[in-house]
Amino acid sequence: MNKYLTIVALLIGSWLVSGFFSLFFTADAHAQEQPIAFTGATIYPISSPPIENGVMVVQNGRILAVGAAGSVTIPTAAQVKDASGYILMPGLVDTHSHIGGGDGGDRSSALHPDVRIKDAVDVRSDTFRKARTGGVTVANVMPGSGHLLSGQTIYLKLRDARTIYDMLIPDENLRDGFMGGIKMANGTNPLRQPPFPGTRAKSATMQRELFIQAQEYQQRLQNEENVARNLRLEPMVEALEGNRIIHFHTHRHDDILTVLRMQREFGFRVVLHHVTDAWLVADEIAAAGIPSSIIVLDTPGGKLEAINLLYKSGRYLEEAGADVAFHTDDSVTDSRLFFRMAAFAVRDGMSREKALEALTLAGARMLDLQDRVGSLEPGKDADFILLTGDPFSVYTHVQQTWIDGIKVFDRANPDQLPFATGGHEVYRGDYFDHYSTGGAQ
Amino acid sequence: MRITGKHTNLLLLLASFLLFSACSGTQSVALAQNQVAVKGDIVYTMAGEPITNGIVLVRDGRIERVGSQSSISVPDGYDVFEAPVVTPGIIDTRSVVGLAGIYNVPHDQDQLETSSPFQPELRAFDAYNAREDLVVWLRNLGITTVHTGHGPGALASGQTMIVKTFGNTVEEALVDSTTMVSFTLGPSVGSNFGGNPGTRSRSVALIRSEFLKAVDYMNRDNPPRDLRMEILVSILKGGVRAMVSAHRVSEIMAALRLQREFGFDLVIEGASEAYLVADELKEAGVHIILHPTMTRTRGETTNAAFTTAAVLAKHGIPFTFQSGFESYVPKTRVVHYEAAIAVANGLSFDHAMRALTIDAARFLGIDSRVGSLERGKDADIVLWEGDPFEYLSRVCTVFIHGEVASDQCR
Repeated sequence: MNKYLTIVALLIGSWLVSGFFSLFFTADAHAQEQPIAFTGATIYPISSPPIENGVMVVQNGRILAVGAAGSVTIPTAAQVKDASGYILMPGLVDTHSHIGGGDGGDRSSALHPDVRIKDAVDVRSDTFRKARTGGVTVANVMPGSGHLLSGQTIYLKLRDARTIYDMLIPDENLRDGFMGGIKMANGTNPLRQPPFPGTRAKSATMQRELFIQAQEYQQRLQNEENVARNLRLEPMVEALEGNRIIHFHTHRHDDILTVLRMQREFGFRVVLHHVTDAWLVADEIAAAGIPSSIIVLDTPGGKLEAINLLYKSGRYLEEAGADVAFHTDDSVTDSRLFFRMAAFAVRDGMSREKALEALTLAGARMLDLQDRVGSLEPGKDADFILLTGDPFSVYTHVQQTWIDGIKVFDRANPDQLPFATGGHEVYRGDYFDHYSTGGAQ
Repeated sequence: MRITGKHTNLLLLLASFLLFSACSGTQSVALAQNQVAVKGDIVYTMAGEPITNGIVLVRDGRIERVGSQSSISVPDGYDVFEAPVVTPGIIDTRSVVGLAGIYNVPHDQDQLETSSPFQPELRAFDAYNAREDLVVWLRNLGITTVHTGHGPGALASGQTMIVKTFGNTVEEALVDSTTMVSFTLGPSVGSNFGGNPGTRSRSVALIRSEFLKAVDYMNRDNPPRDLRMEILVSILKGGVRAMVSAHRVSEIMAALRLQREFGFDLVIEGASEAYLVADELKEAGVHIILHPTMTRTRGETTNAAFTTAAVLAKHGIPFTFQSGFESYVPKTRVVHYEAAIAVANGLSFDHAMRALTIDAARFLGIDSRVGSLERGKDADIVLWEGDPFEYLSRVCTVFIHGEVASDQCR
């Protein structure tokens, strides 16, 4: 191609891309220029103690002010909404979800660092609307656990979306340009016929070999000019450099310790996921300073690794001083009932405060989003929910869900209520699930 | 829960604690308590209005007296247990626990035999593991009676039975040996049996042909023994019920059609789309064992709703709850957790409590023994920290037949 034409094409391309971005990433903010003040609610900022009769002001998609009535100036131009009788708290951060119908690697390899779930998500999937009725505003959407490394994950804000770009969160530290992690797994799920491993030791070896390749590639990038691109190793280097968090599915106590060992060897940032046996090795997890994103199920079992999946892991991790969040693993549990999971951890002794933090700010930390979401503080994204009562009561409903200062779910809206309750032809979107594959994922 | 010894003889008290310690490692914690008084701030007897500051006296495994604490004093020699809320043991009207085990490996999965899609002759009690961890889990959460057995997924997968969630053998646990036969209409049968039957229509045709054979068998004099025909004849004669798993409207209507053709006692299990044909179900007078409220909305249950229990109640359609069958994690559900979500979505507290206790007992034909706290019934009693449906209300003591079956808050 003619050199100048190439340059012109690049210029047009970059203009299109920047225009595209500005169109979508500022549209939400512009859509909410008038300040909105919520009054009368009990506010759980998470980052500070609850506020009775609180006031929160939001504008342009951000929180302007949060505080007790009288201590917060409500702008004269503000639209005032009476939220008396409601609990107002941050939108929930789901650190591990399979909503959106996406998938990751196929059976050609046990390790797929080049595969992006971003390329497979259906933003019109009903699962997003369903999740919002449970108060979820941010989700780490991941490929499954049937691989040692099933692909790159994406962190999504569950806005109304025409394309995936309406939900993605920009990240200048990643070559891809958008926030996301890497999904890895050990234990029994990735064990199968070659090219998959057949044992735990082989699993760890294959994972370590990939990290060693990434270290070598990282050295070349630092020391050599014009190093050929390598789609498999680029995201692994980003992980080694701390810009991409490894989200590591692990159940059994010894598998958990294997992840900690691998983390010490290579120094990547990691979040443990599921962590069934956390209560057996909570002190080791805390000593390593590694956060855990746990799941609580009604009943243990269903596979050998999950027979110790008890309500008490949250309490044990809290008592050990480890950072702990929850995740739905939707469709393993239902995003509409995310609070329910935290309630069962409280039932077995986790503190209410820690459990609420585990649904919000702790999850935000595990996605590097703690400066934007997870608590109600001035300057943060206006992602919040209104609850009809105690967050840990079965009788409490999410009344409204707001993202970037825009209401995306209202239980009082008869067109939206069915997404919370279900019914005839309410859910039509297809989604990844562990059940049609007989648990293979 | 607080335990107050009323024994005048301290040695006897000591002896009972020693016995307790000795037995605590075994599956069924059997205190030598023949005489127990259970006090509740609220006692839901399920026979009349709840009793504020109520008391239940238990003697030799049965309920001796029920009333208010002001009118009944604790006799000497009774161990006293107290709780904010006291209810009868919870009844799960459709499970597979005991045939399905916690590990989910072939060794502990007996709920579905895949050699043939039509095997109503398979007896549940020949495969029940009374020591199964899932049974213990349910018992510890207050479920004392379970209608369990063969699962969904075959045209006729086998028989079901009723057990108490205690005992080391099925013989100890058994309440009713042959309660229903589990039938399934829907695509899960095809996927479990290599596409044969491959359609809903052929599934119905196969079931009809088997029942026609049974009609013929029933009318013969001294036919040779045939285990399959014998159980189908029991269904035709009304001694055993046909429990048909049907979710979509076409499947529900096919089940009603089969019932009209052969006149058997029909129970519909699942019924995700029941709200679309409430009038037809009401007219048929059929009992629904409603799908777990939190069932995943995929495949056959895509159209399930949290509100269906409330809709059935509004139409006066008899129904009870179930834990159902789970293929992966969690390996079983907990029936009153499912009822709780129905209450949070429009079903009345009272209706849900009845569905878990006395309505379930009547439906299963065992209300002379369980389902309410009344004189002479089995002393199956649950002590709760609060509202049984609340997430944070733990179950702290469970009695089965007057014996402490669980004594830790869970």
